Amino acid sequence: MPFIPHTADDEREMLAECGVHRIDDLFDEIPDNLISKPLSAIPEGLSEMEVSRLMHDAARREGAFLNFIGAGAYEHHIPAAVWQIATRGEFYSAYTPYQAEASQGTLQVLYEYQSMMCALTAMDVTNASLYDGASALAEAVLMAVRLHKSARRVLVPAALHPAYRSAVRTIVSNQGIEISEVPYCPESGRTLAQTVKGKLDAQVAAVVIAQPNFFGVLEDVDGLTELAHDAGIAVIACVNPVSLALFKPPGKWGGDGVDVAVGDGQPLGIPLASGGPYFGFLACKQNLVRQMPGRVVGRTVDLDGKPGFTLTLQAREQHIRRSKATSNICTNQGLAVTAAAIHLSLLGAEGLRRVAVQSHVNMKRLLGLLAGIKGVNQKFDGGVFHESVVSLGKPVSEVCDTLREAGIVAGYPLGKAYPELDDSILVCTTETRSEADLQLYADMMTRCIGDT
Amino acid sequence: MSIPADLKYTDTHEWVRKEADGSVSVGITHHAQDLLGDLVYVENPQVGRKFKKGEECGVVESVKAASDIYAPLSGEILAINEALADAPEKINESAYDAWMFRLRPDDAGELETLLDASGYGELVESESD
Repeated sequence: MPFIPHTADDEREMLAECGVHRIDDLFDEIPDNLISKPLSAIPEGLSEMEVSRLMHDAARREGAFLNFIGAGAYEHHIPAAVWQIATRGEFYSAYTPYQAEASQGTLQVLYEYQSMMCALTAMDVTNASLYDGASALAEAVLMAVRLHKSARRVLVPAALHPAYRSAVRTIVSNQGIEISEVPYCPESGRTLAQTVKGKLDAQVAAVVIAQPNFFGVLEDVDGLTELAHDAGIAVIACVNPVSLALFKPPGKWGGDGVDVAVGDGQPLGIPLASGGPYFGFLACKQNLVRQMPGRVVGRTVDLDGKPGFTLTLQAREQHIRRSKATSNICTNQGLAVTAAAIHLSLLGAEGLRRVAVQSHVNMKRLLGLLAGIKGVNQKFDGGVFHESVVSLGKPVSEVCDTLREAGIVAGYPLGKAYPELDDSILVCTTETRSEADLQLYADMMTRCIGDT
Repeated sequence: MSIPADLKYTDTHEWVRKEADGSVSVGITHHAQDLLGDLVYVENPQVGRKFKKGEECGVVESVKAASDIYAPLSGEILAINEALADAPEKINESAYDAWMFRLRPDDAGELETLLDASGYGELVESESD
């Protein structure tokens, strides 16, 4: 039987009872300028066949670009098995089921994911993910301020991803939390301890450290962490998860490790897709577990002593605490996290390390090739992971357009987010760039710039 | 129903005991712990902090709910019961022995504005209807 709440006769009767002719008459009070009109700029709908024709034509016209942009979302190789498995019916739901414990498989995947992220970050606990890296950072800022109880200022490096800075401001500024930016060193591209030190006082609740920072540059994470902890200030790490296979994990920075570690999980098996959906991860020390937002899956035993999985620490979530909940953004990205858990399982620790090493080696090679081109310079002398700021002797848009015509996306122009770097682009190489790709990039740059 | 006659009570289910030195001990009532179920965590205020009467000053968390604790009187926190950090179940076992914090009231007379045992008994009765 179809579910039809009101028949046409029911509606007529109800309208007559109300003394109006049409349903719209009930909304007479709403001023005309507030009522939405049909969308004139949106074309009529197309059939699936027509849409796929449209997309194929666009793809043929645009071509497949050789991509050298990272800037927060990275093109890594994703084994075909990852999404083949993730899209199995048993996994293919982006939401934690409402009767959570009835879905032991889903809970186990989330538990395995949490275990892997704890191992990767060397932190005590992680949640089952958040929307993306930027919102995870905002939640970490809120955690640190709740923990501190009196101070409400958080230091954020100017060398943190501009989108992260803006998302954090949007989320926390209405809660009376002040974000103060720490400038970067114009020579090294690093956030210097002495600059941070100058901004530390009793009003500061936490310091954010990005590793690598937005410029791809590696920060002195031990020095910065110790500096903040000595002043009794919490440390929040914002990290690229792939880089952790190569560098010291945030749980070990400065001896004690950071208090909260966050980042975007996209590099772990999530394809580039016009900005998402990606997922954010958030890990913390054991003593902060009750300040941590989001879902957490725990392993336990049932009445018969058999192992099983359960949601835990739910008492502070919004379905119980309502407006007093730890966070009101505490869903998770179930499907993306499922893919990440599968991706990490297939690569293993050694596989992930090789991805990180190859990405880094490719960047060193590319920088070596670019060093020979007159007018092209590495902007900062700080060591890098797989991204670097490169200044061009010519207007950035001109160079990018020329390379685009040759099928190469040259890099992320920095002028908009950093006006002082309007002669520079942010270039990225992952393990997916071959020797020939790097050579082609350098050749095109030489043709475009080096011929002066 | 266990409501000792020598204690004072709030309508938010805290009990208050007057100590010899003029301070008061504060905990949650037997009725409150019964409603919350097995307690797993107690978040106490910082020693030295001052609260106004009725201000949130802590949280008790059970397996099914987290509930705010309100300062029963205006005053300063003198001490907290550290033993609850590792053994919050003491509140379930014996609610009137498991004090959460001691507070020095700004105005000792304010104690008289709280409910007595029979007043609290009536409150519990009316809320259970």
